[in-house]
Amino acid sequence: MNGPTLNIVGLPRDVYKGLPTTLCAGCGHNSITNNLIKALFEFGAEPHLLAKMSGIGCSSKTPAYFVEHSHGFNGLHGRMPSAATGAKLANRKLLVLGISGDGDTASIGLGQFCHMVRRNVDVTYLVENNGVYGLTKGQLSATADVGSTSKAGRANELETIDVCGLAIELGATFVARSFSGDGKQLVPLLQAAFAHGGTSLIDIVSPCVTFNDHAGSTKSYTYVKEHELGLNAPDFIRGSEDIVVDYEPGTAQDIELSDGSHVVLRKVDHGYDATDATAAMAMLRTARERHELMTGLLYVNPTAADLCEREHLIEEPLRDLNESALRIGRADWDQIMEAARA
Amino acid sequence: MSLDIVNNFTIRVATVNGSGSQSANLALTDAIFRLGIRVAPKNVFPSNIEGLPTWFDVRVSPQGYQCRTRDIDILVALNAATWRADVASVRSGGVVIHEAAFAVAGPTLRSDLTYYAAPFASLAKAYASDGTLRKYLTNMIYVGVLAELLGIDEATVERALVKQFKSKPKAVALNLGAVRAGSEFARESLVKTDPFRLERVSGGTAGLLFMDGNRAAALGCVMGGCTVAAWYPITPSSSLCESFIALCSTYRVDPETGRMRAAIVQAEDELAAIGMVFGAGWAGARAMTSTSGPGISLMAEYAGYGYFAEIPGVIFDVQRAGPSTGLPTRTMQGDVAFCYTLGHGDTKHILLFPATVLEAYEFAMAAFDLADRFQTPVFVLSDLDLGMNSWMTPSLPYPEKPFDRGKVLDAAALGAIESWGRYRDVDHDGIPYRTLPGTPHTDAGFFTRGTGHDEEAHYSEAPDVWQNNLDRLVRKHDLARTAVPAPLIEDEGHDAAILAYGTTHHAVVEARDLLGAERVGVDYLRLRALPCAPEVAAFIERHERVYVVEQNRDGQLFGILRTELAPAVAARLISVRHYNGVPIDARAVADPILQHERQPVAAGAASR
Repeated sequence: MNGPTLNIVGLPRDVYKGLPTTLCAGCGHNSITNNLIKALFEFGAEPHLLAKMSGIGCSSKTPAYFVEHSHGFNGLHGRMPSAATGAKLANRKLLVLGISGDGDTASIGLGQFCHMVRRNVDVTYLVENNGVYGLTKGQLSATADVGSTSKAGRANELETIDVCGLAIELGATFVARSFSGDGKQLVPLLQAAFAHGGTSLIDIVSPCVTFNDHAGSTKSYTYVKEHELGLNAPDFIRGSEDIVVDYEPGTAQDIELSDGSHVVLRKVDHGYDATDATAAMAMLRTARERHELMTGLLYVNPTAADLCEREHLIEEPLRDLNESALRIGRADWDQIMEAARA
Repeated sequence: MSLDIVNNFTIRVATVNGSGSQSANLALTDAIFRLGIRVAPKNVFPSNIEGLPTWFDVRVSPQGYQCRTRDIDILVALNAATWRADVASVRSGGVVIHEAAFAVAGPTLRSDLTYYAAPFASLAKAYASDGTLRKYLTNMIYVGVLAELLGIDEATVERALVKQFKSKPKAVALNLGAVRAGSEFARESLVKTDPFRLERVSGGTAGLLFMDGNRAAALGCVMGGCTVAAWYPITPSSSLCESFIALCSTYRVDPETGRMRAAIVQAEDELAAIGMVFGAGWAGARAMTSTSGPGISLMAEYAGYGYFAEIPGVIFDVQRAGPSTGLPTRTMQGDVAFCYTLGHGDTKHILLFPATVLEAYEFAMAAFDLADRFQTPVFVLSDLDLGMNSWMTPSLPYPEKPFDRGKVLDAAALGAIESWGRYRDVDHDGIPYRTLPGTPHTDAGFFTRGTGHDEEAHYSEAPDVWQNNLDRLVRKHDLARTAVPAPLIEDEGHDAAILAYGTTHHAVVEARDLLGAERVGVDYLRLRALPCAPEVAAFIERHERVYVVEQNRDGQLFGILRTELAPAVAARLISVRHYNGVPIDARAVADPILQHERQPVAAGAASR
């Protein structure tokens, strides 16, 4: 028999595909989508239990491009975490996957992001981070680096918001960073995030080929080359193909931009202890001073209770409970009325 | 001594907030209620924790009127800061019971009032050495003075205290002692010369109990099957969710596992609260949030999303006085127009207007059914008066109907049909079928979005697809006209009529009696929901003049009716408005109507 390869829940890879992307050719988000399809297939996610949640922006369109037959919720700009929280509370059996961008998370949705993390809602939360507002054509976002310029030529003078450092500070239980084209790193991170019982943040640097690929941007690319600190030559394909990189733990990867500026990704080493929040914060701080972005699993607390546990919810989805489980019994009801009278 | 005035007067207790006066006020109210006398308490309090003026009115009337009255007969004056104004508020022939230290001279010495000076402070001092305790007990002392002067027996007061301080016998004894100190003082030192007294009415309050509207709504949420609640604290709605939390902690605990059958999240803001509601509603749980005007402002964007993406959700708006932060502890019917079209673009919501504690309960349950049936947000517009004041109410009946979960396709249903589209109007009623995430069928999934979508929920910018969808939403809204609680109509064929909604009802009840005494008969339609039922236009057409009475400055429902009704029908409407922050009283309804009826002016002109 020459049928397609099936995963552990007996489904072929095609089930995890979605509608054709309507994003720009070469958009880093498309690489993320492809890696998601691979990760969900290999993980054996049940499509009917997958809830694809998103906000507004280029990133937030991507739930349409994978697992077409799952339920999707393309909500409001910056307000996906609350909808994801509600969905998870209503049916805790769902695998909730939230897809956001840097504008959606670090600007308009910063409050909801913080409180979702704080509550440890069991959501895999991806920030497809390109440092730019794509759908509104090229304004700077709050994750743009200091000195980076917008398409209009205006230089960013404000501090960048590092969603990973912020999340650790807020008590996050799973914090990772990766690069859209680094499937070797991203796919296992995604699968670990699906498995983690709590908010799993993956900040994914994702180049914008249309609005952030100009002189002055630090998240564009014209080519990728071996950084002086790096040990590995990455695979890289320029143009309408998706960007792909591959570098080893403990090494750095420099992406040189059209104006000569660089994004440097440094992968955490094999021996890195990801359970030490203080060390993780120090590492992020040091990397920031060196103008590097640390990638990999930065921090994890695998035993923290998620929101549903903290709320002591019953195992059965709340949405399945009927009148007899939800209404006060007649005897108790009469007692309530009597107590109000007596 | 003039003729006695029995069970027909209003007591006003003027004190400062944070002094524990609420316990004394409620004990007094309850004691009167226990005499079989129908009573209506109104708490007028400041947006403050301690030290600002607060007033508590207790009204008793043979008719059992539940609305506020501006006619104060007996003043208990404990607040030096408002002493002058408080005395001025008492109507001629009334009584002033005051702290003996307050000077009765100049404007506070009125020849048409009876004064009783009571040394509350020194009585409290003699009774309690602790300063805080003394402050609290001062209030109980006034209960004792009133009990003696009005004729409430001690056993009845004691029963009220037992209820007030349930399971705290020490507190009951301590407070009862303070009550006794007050009544003993009155017995020994005061000579009653006023005509006001209470007389037990056998069976007068049989079958009734006391409850505030927020607790009744919370009971409705429990019985209506709400399992997810998300809220941000705001006066005057907080006690709704707090009551829900308290009820769930007792009645939503799985007996076998001890685990919860409800999730309640105190959200970071109202944006998140309503987002959680729609996330949960989308995933199939009955979900609610409770807020007031400022929270509604923040919810506008998601309300439009819920309308357009067609997701059930229940929003309680316990209205307070706006605009802006306004008067956070005062009442208003101020969000009617805002909620009706909350959201940008063409948006129309279902609004329910509970007027009574019973309706706060019943409409809460109905809201979840309507939200599921119509797959849309449903707003329950209560207000501070209903939500936070205690009202006499019949027992809340046990629900006999099962939940109406609306049109939801499960895996078996999907297997039995050829194809399915989330927004297809297969039943030609504007209401499509939905599926819930987690449904084990390959056709179950769809992409919910706030962007333009076709019948299969795919993104579409096609002009006809967009317009057809908006038209279907209107058909759905129109269908709701006959599904929402119907208006209550009392039509005796008069030329004039009143149209009111929500707590304005209680003032209308008394106002119709006042008007009747002036030989001005008016019919009455109490609107209980939007969109308007067809009976509303028919009722207005049967009358030459219909006074739309409401508690806001701009005549918000008046405006909605004028927009929605045919011009000839709308021309019969006359707006009557009350908007000073305190609950509307009968004279605010009757006076302008009387004026119009005696000198009819062109219909449509506003009355302020």
